[in-house]
Amino acid sequence: MRLEYFQLIDRIVALDLDARTVKAHAKIPPTSTIFEGHFPGHPLMPGVLLIESMAQTSGWLIIGLTKFERMPFLASVREAKLRTFVSPGQTLALTARIIHEGSGFTITKAVIEVGGKAVADSELTFRLTPFPDPNLRAGMKLVAAAIGFPPQPSLASEGTAGGAEPAQRQ
Amino acid sequence: MSSTFDTVANIIAETCDIPRDTIKPESHAINDLGIDSLDFLDIAFAIDKAFGIKLPLEQWTQEVNDGKATTEQYFVLDNLCARIDGLVAAKGA
Repeated sequence: MRLEYFQLIDRIVALDLDARTVKAHAKIPPTSTIFEGHFPGHPLMPGVLLIESMAQTSGWLIIGLTKFERMPFLASVREAKLRTFVSPGQTLALTARIIHEGSGFTITKAVIEVGGKAVADSELTFRLTPFPDPNLRAGMKLVAAAIGFPPQPSLASEGTAGGAEPAQRQ
Repeated sequence: MSSTFDTVANIIAETCDIPRDTIKPESHAINDLGIDSLDFLDIAFAIDKAFGIKLPLEQWTQEVNDGKATTEQYFVLDNLCARIDGLVAAKGA
């Protein structure tokens, strides 16, 4: 997880386009200036960043379905539940599934687990548009390569929550 | 069995917190009811689910942007309901 670049996903560990599901891993860094302020003496992963990590996980699923022809932009967050504290150093197991594919929009349900226990979930709506700039599309392809998207078949079997430790990005 | 209009009006009332009795067949969803594009996504989701269809919002938007159609053709509720009925009929054909 590279908080300073807002890249919150370390690895896509499973992608099933037929079932319209994705699984990802992300390790929260042990230190960050964010945790100095949130909160002094009691560092916590901000809930908005947990929501963003669910949005990014969902986004990769949508990009997989649209084959890099559409960029999903987060439009709505519904029923976001932050069930327990999430701390620096913990590893997130994220899953997302499509619950509706409309015309120009997609709705997903995403869940974060830590150690097999759900810590956050939300329903997310995305507007889908053609990539507004070719540089964005190129940039997303670079990120995709860095996080193993789409995952190779040998990695797909690791897609269970709490499974293999994700590769860390530097 | 409720009419298409009743179903759509109830969806709009619930989704956008608009008093049901202010929603008329001749209401323009945008100009009269003040529904914005984000709220309309929620409405489209509910309509898609209720009728088992997929409102072609992208196509409609493109036609309006290209000057080939007016917003009244798609967003006055009477017209919207007629298009929903058409999509339902096409699905069953």
